[in-house]
Amino acid sequence: ILSYPRHPVLKKRDDFEDVLEERRRSSDLRYALRCYTPTLYKGLVPCKVSVLKSIVLQSDHLQCVIKQVSSESGDSTECVAEEASLILDEMAHRMQLSTVRFFVFTLSKAFKRLFRSVCVNEEGIQRLQQAVQEHPVVLLPSHRSYMDFLMMSYLLYMFDLPLPVIAAGMDFMSMKFIGEMLRMSGAFFIRRSFGGDKLYWAVFSEYVKTMLRKGYAPIEFFLEGTRSRTCKSLTPKTGLLNIVMEPFFKGELFDVSLVPVSISYERVLEESLYARELLGVPKPKESTSGLLKARRVLSEDYGSMHVYFGHPVSVRSLAEGKIKRSQYNLLPRYIPQKPSVDTHEFLNDAAFRLVRIQEENMVLKPWVLIATLLLQNPDGMDLSSLTEQTDWLRHLALAFGAFLDWPDHEACSEVISCSLALHRRLLSVSAGHVQLSVTDAPQVETTPEEAVFQRAVVVLSCASYRNQILHVFLRPALLAVAMQSANSSRKDDIYNCFNFLRNMFSNEFILCPGDSVQDFEEACYLLMKRGVLQVLEHEIVMSASGQSTLAFLCSVLDPFLQGYQVVCRYLCEETNENLTEKEFIPAVRSFCFVSLSSDLQKNALAALLRLKAVRKVKV
Amino acid sequence: SFLMIRFRGRRPNCSAGVIRSVSVHVKDASAELDMQNLASIQGNEQEIMKWNGWGYSDSRFLFNKKGQAEFTGKRYRLSGLILPSLKDWFEGTFGANLQHRSPATPSLNLSAVAPPHLNQPFVEDLKAAGLSVSHDPEDRVFRAHGHCLHEVFALREGRIGRVPDVVVWPSCHNDVEKIVELACKHNVCLIPYGGGTSVSSALECPREETRSIVSLDTSQMNRILWIDEKNLTAHVEAGIIGQDLERQLNERGYCTGHEPDSMEFSSLGGWVATRASGMKKNIYGNIEDLVVHIKMVTPRGVIEKSCLGPRMSTGPDIHHFILGSEGTLGVVTEVTLKIRPIPEYQKYGSVVFPNFQQGVACLREVARQRCAPASIRLMDNEQFQFGHALKPQVSSIFTSFLDGLKKFYITKFKGFDPHHLCVATLLFEGDRGKVLQHEKQVYDIAAKFGGLAAGEDNGQRGYMLTFVIAYLRDLGMDYYVIGESFETSVPWDRVLDLCRNVKERIVRECKERGVQFPPLSTCRVTQTYDAGACVYFYFAFNYRGLSDPVHIYEQVEHAAREEILANGGSLSHHHGVGKLRKEWMKESVSGVGLGMLKSVKEYVDPQNIFGNGNLL
Repeated sequence: ILSYPRHPVLKKRDDFEDVLEERRRSSDLRYALRCYTPTLYKGLVPCKVSVLKSIVLQSDHLQCVIKQVSSESGDSTECVAEEASLILDEMAHRMQLSTVRFFVFTLSKAFKRLFRSVCVNEEGIQRLQQAVQEHPVVLLPSHRSYMDFLMMSYLLYMFDLPLPVIAAGMDFMSMKFIGEMLRMSGAFFIRRSFGGDKLYWAVFSEYVKTMLRKGYAPIEFFLEGTRSRTCKSLTPKTGLLNIVMEPFFKGELFDVSLVPVSISYERVLEESLYARELLGVPKPKESTSGLLKARRVLSEDYGSMHVYFGHPVSVRSLAEGKIKRSQYNLLPRYIPQKPSVDTHEFLNDAAFRLVRIQEENMVLKPWVLIATLLLQNPDGMDLSSLTEQTDWLRHLALAFGAFLDWPDHEACSEVISCSLALHRRLLSVSAGHVQLSVTDAPQVETTPEEAVFQRAVVVLSCASYRNQILHVFLRPALLAVAMQSANSSRKDDIYNCFNFLRNMFSNEFILCPGDSVQDFEEACYLLMKRGVLQVLEHEIVMSASGQSTLAFLCSVLDPFLQGYQVVCRYLCEETNENLTEKEFIPAVRSFCFVSLSSDLQKNALAALLRLKAVRKVKV
Repeated sequence: SFLMIRFRGRRPNCSAGVIRSVSVHVKDASAELDMQNLASIQGNEQEIMKWNGWGYSDSRFLFNKKGQAEFTGKRYRLSGLILPSLKDWFEGTFGANLQHRSPATPSLNLSAVAPPHLNQPFVEDLKAAGLSVSHDPEDRVFRAHGHCLHEVFALREGRIGRVPDVVVWPSCHNDVEKIVELACKHNVCLIPYGGGTSVSSALECPREETRSIVSLDTSQMNRILWIDEKNLTAHVEAGIIGQDLERQLNERGYCTGHEPDSMEFSSLGGWVATRASGMKKNIYGNIEDLVVHIKMVTPRGVIEKSCLGPRMSTGPDIHHFILGSEGTLGVVTEVTLKIRPIPEYQKYGSVVFPNFQQGVACLREVARQRCAPASIRLMDNEQFQFGHALKPQVSSIFTSFLDGLKKFYITKFKGFDPHHLCVATLLFEGDRGKVLQHEKQVYDIAAKFGGLAAGEDNGQRGYMLTFVIAYLRDLGMDYYVIGESFETSVPWDRVLDLCRNVKERIVRECKERGVQFPPLSTCRVTQTYDAGACVYFYFAFNYRGLSDPVHIYEQVEHAAREEILANGGSLSHHHGVGKLRKEWMKESVSGVGLGMLKSVKEYVDPQNIFGNGNLL
């Protein structure tokens, strides 16, 4: 199911439908109050929120852990049970239809102001409707914005699907009123880190599993764990994935459907916020007053938004031949078990493939192509050459299977000027020359540092759009760089180089572990089909006409290569023995300021640690 | 020769003239066995049993000219009755149509049977020893199969695979010793044959066997040698058939209480060789609890214990090498069994539950309190409806009115959903006072789980289903429907999950393999234990439009077994492994476990004389 088609270009995707169109024509209030009768899971055991809690607290699993914790800590079991109950209170959602209706009303208003259109693939919705009845469903949306889960619940309400319960970070809870509102619309809150806390983990996992087993509601969580500040998919986390798969492994459920959802924004609401964060300005704490201040965002145009519901992936089929379920036969199922090495590998692999599906179904707007080109030309481009190159890039991207939303019957120049207008905050156009710049009224007394900082914000904002298309070019680009640096046309040499690069960048991009050969072949295939390369039995030769494509692909990876080089240089030249992890990022930043996002620095360090070039010592 | 003619019949009986027949059951222990004396078929042995289907030739289901189902013959309680709702159930459940028939080849085509590959010196020696021998094709074909779907399906199509080359009928332990000795001397392959009711491909001749294959039919070793009333034991020859054993003991006021569903046809030796389980094991125990002493002839000699002590600590129990050895080590010739006085009183019962979960919870509680009746079975909704379809025509308006009233009470007044409710069938046995007390205790527990007593009649019909199911399969096969049953045992906490997952897996596998109409996929919890339960599945589907239905059937059954194992179920509770489930043996008992069994086989039978290829 999850193996890619060998010809990514031939992938068939569904059509979109604008769901706001109807909203613009009829009453939002009546809509929010309409009769909501969702399709239900056939094995649903209906239960109230309060009953759900007591089921969790009474579960054999939790009782077992409570006893364990009590005997380890010396506290009485009542005391530990009380603690568990408090944890659950802090965590649990209290879904209420009335709150949902309130959200539907306000979000209808908000979405109409923010977005020109919200496009959804209705076939995906139909598939989901089918899936929801058959097996418990887990929704796995991509995470680029706070809007994501609001939009998800909004859409599910709209299509009469059961409202999901959503795993949300604890940070929201600190937003007084809003936190509770979110809770009442189905969010449940988990602490960001609870590493060794057995009791917390038990309450949390039992809570999620109980809802899944009862078919209570679809579970929604973000594989990437947090919003991607760079718009590049993040390396997926497997903890929650393990929790939702375990009921299948242990035979408690016949199957679980995982539905990857790709949510893409023409303009991300948090655009410049992210860039600042990446440059080290701390993330503003979530607070209700902060949210009110952010009302400013409501007055802007964020273009269109696309939500693509992917094909449901059956956990059963995924695990076929990979997970031996009988490994759970010899231990009572309520006793928690750490996933075995095999299971862990499986989870990791599945998580990567699911994120790949998210990536592939992400809609790309023309601006993504333009941003890619503008970043490669820091001095700007003439509008005419920008138009010409965008058109060229568009065809390349399509040939590589990009899911491009390019207006059907419009001239290329028309499309480009529309995009430029929407993103005018990031660029300046004068006399037919387009350039990335700060268009906010230049303050009179900007220090040079501030000017550089402003510029960096623009570059990183722009990069977040380029990043959206990286997954399309990634494999061919790795091959292009490998060819360049291998200094040989022998296939083996190039592959080794490719493999090295792939390995090095596996914290940076979504590269499924173990797919090295497959990725290499895919890259060869794509470039060969494009006439860039000739792949012979033992050799790979560049075609005469392939130069420009290869050059473009190399420069796609260039910022990353340079970034990693900077990190390496810093580590080689500047550090003494005792660099702490905390100091690392600010130190690298001051070492080479421009265009180095903290995300890249972290990834580079993680890669170097993984490759054992750097060692971490506990002090 | 005289003997060859005499024993051509399916199951020749050596006590001249008196055919073992459906018995006189004093207590009507099983619903289906009626009380006819069938002396009329005496001397007509060849016609007694079907050659390509289950059971007696005179007993079969058919749809008569009016399209109503009836059961022919006179042997069973259902015999001669019209079953008005079976047709609708059959057509509705399988999407079958009475216009679409798939009849069997009417008779065995003898030319399809390969000529015997005889080891002449061996045959000569057998004859010289005065043993009855046959290489008649009908005798050989009859002993070449059990009752797996693929075996019966092939017979119906007139396809005959490898069959034994010779059949030999020993009449006592010494005969068996002689045969085994000669088999070793001439290096032939021996396959012991008891009642022929195997459902694990255990009787199939291994394709790779190049030696002459000899079927050793134990049916003539069918005497009760002695009964010891002081110790309540009986010493019996292993070829005796279940119902004969029970009838003869009954005549003396005793019973073994061992009643597997196949007891009309299966043999004592077969029970020992497959670790059989009886319906009333809650009172009497399974076969391993019933045997006191076993005598088995192996190529190494005779294995047996030196005394009849009730329990011993003398290293691993050698009985457990024999129990479940499936004919790979030798022939069980004589068994000393525990016997019990015939119970004074017997009573059926049934309880309706709103759903399967509640039913399972009730059975679990009954097991926890260790108060299970002689038999307690919980049928799921599909099986309940199946059982209902076997309700005979009621003669009086009053009965049908009562039925309607009952249905109304349960579904409307008590709010049970007819598509979820399920029924537990019960059988109590013992002295009258205790039975009534016991009954109350069980019904009280049932009430705690929402169970409503639903009468004796429903209970009795439930047990009937298990005796006629194999006849029903033959009916299905006349109309493009094939099916089979399989079983497992599983810890209590996994019963529900296993039942749901296996049933769903079957449905899904059928769909994926192009089966047009959803299959019948149903189960019952059929035995309870302290630590778990035995679950029994029926699975059948309409195969119209499929080019290789048996292959699809086997793939689905394979997948279902995988699902069972993945859900913590065992490879088999009582059907055994045979050749059908061999591939999972290592996984089931570990490599070392399998090695232990193999080393026993190597020591006991280094020449692989008992080469039926089962188990290992």
